[in-house]
Amino acid sequence: MEEFLQRALLGGLGLALIAGPLGVFIVWRRMAYFGDTLSHSALLGVGLGFWLSINPILTVMLVCIILAISLVALQSNQKLASDTLLGILAHSTLSLGIIVVAFLQGLRVDLFGYLFGDILAISWQEVFYIYIIAAIILVIIIKLWRSLLLSTLNPDLAVVAGLSPRKLQIILMLLLAMVIAVAMKIIGVLLITSLLIIPAACARNFAKSPEQMAVLASIIGMIAVSLGLFASLHFDLPTGPAIVVSAAFLFLISRIKS
Amino acid sequence: MIPQSEPLLTASDLGVKFNERWVLKHVSFSIRPKEIVTLIGPNGCGKTTLVKTMLGLLKPNHGSITKAADLKIGYMPQRFVIEPTLPITVSRFLKLSNNNLDEQEELFHTLGISHLQKTELQHLSGGETQRVLMAYALLGKPNLLVLDEPIQGVDVGGQIELYHLILQLRDYLNCGIFMVSHDLHLVMANTDRVICLNQHICCEGKPESVLNDPAYLALFGESAAHSLALYSHKHDHHHTLAGEEKI
Repeated sequence: MEEFLQRALLGGLGLALIAGPLGVFIVWRRMAYFGDTLSHSALLGVGLGFWLSINPILTVMLVCIILAISLVALQSNQKLASDTLLGILAHSTLSLGIIVVAFLQGLRVDLFGYLFGDILAISWQEVFYIYIIAAIILVIIIKLWRSLLLSTLNPDLAVVAGLSPRKLQIILMLLLAMVIAVAMKIIGVLLITSLLIIPAACARNFAKSPEQMAVLASIIGMIAVSLGLFASLHFDLPTGPAIVVSAAFLFLISRIKS
Repeated sequence: MIPQSEPLLTASDLGVKFNERWVLKHVSFSIRPKEIVTLIGPNGCGKTTLVKTMLGLLKPNHGSITKAADLKIGYMPQRFVIEPTLPITVSRFLKLSNNNLDEQEELFHTLGISHLQKTELQHLSGGETQRVLMAYALLGKPNLLVLDEPIQGVDVGGQIELYHLILQLRDYLNCGIFMVSHDLHLVMANTDRVICLNQHICCEGKPESVLNDPAYLALFGESAAHSLALYSHKHDHHHTLAGEEKI
């Protein structure tokens, strides 16, 4: 296997591995649109990273975290429905991101790559980042599994058990911001959420327990990444969309089977 | 063990307001070990707000809640909506309360949920969900059980059965019970103390034998006329339709 392909496959599998357990919480807690809004803002982070000559992974995380916190603050002031609010922020931050990137003179930023992913162009360093982030996220999710599960099932019971659903919500958002930062290069800001929710939705049809659903979502995500990568190579397709279409194909099959 | 004299939980001069409107005002009471306290009041009187404040789900705008050092609350919520995308069986859910379910056969048998262990939560009926939630609350070995309208969504036969269950379980568990209800007849006949709430505590005390208090009927409206008014108290004030107090 050629080296660029090894990198792409390793990076994609690492991403699918963490997208599983995080994705099930996004599905259970109905945060899909929220995740979409955060990932749309990632391009703004890329622009800032290039502008300030900082690693874009860091600036993307920072922008996502700031956006997540302001969303929570805005949502508590319920004058607008939260999907309206998310819609406003998703598209205005995306547009702002595109404008910032367009303003970067003398720097050729591959906009299409950031929007839809360019997994074949990732470096060993980026693969390394993916596994670092994956390890951190897995450790946190496993450690907090019971608390996250209880506060997802019923926040009131979680409070009575001495947990803080609000803190857990913020932790999930931080994890989401981390995943978006590393996923952007692989699958693109416009498609990240699909890698979180499609495998999880697919796993729901087979899972008998929350734990099974998380593990199955990881496996299904990995299959989708491999299929997408293969299709992309053989039919010369854009890889990000090829991975998403593969995931959607698996979801369809799971629906027909169940 | 908590000495019998020391309350499990004490509310002192609680006040809660939503949007500049006081929903609860000057609420003070305490619950002692092994005591059954029933909170009654018409719809919108602040029962659920009071429970949420006791549990720490809401911060009071005035006053405070004092808890005994070893207070362990078991809570049975009024509503329990199960997210359909989350696959979870009864036994996996109960393990979130207590990891060791091995020696709980007797409890599951008493609650009639032994056969439901492998059933997914979303496939339970209303009554089954209530009994599973009861098991969840009890598995944490609480010394205070808080039940928010425990007989909601259960038919009349089931209500009486569940009510007997609650009494049976009190001796089994050695815990105090704080129960919220609007079903005056069933609850009041079996409780140690009744707190009658309408934004503030209207009255509080031991339930007595059948007495027909016009002021009581005035507070609870026509529905009270159809049930036995087992508890009598004197009103020193009236309420307007909006529930505001007129001295």
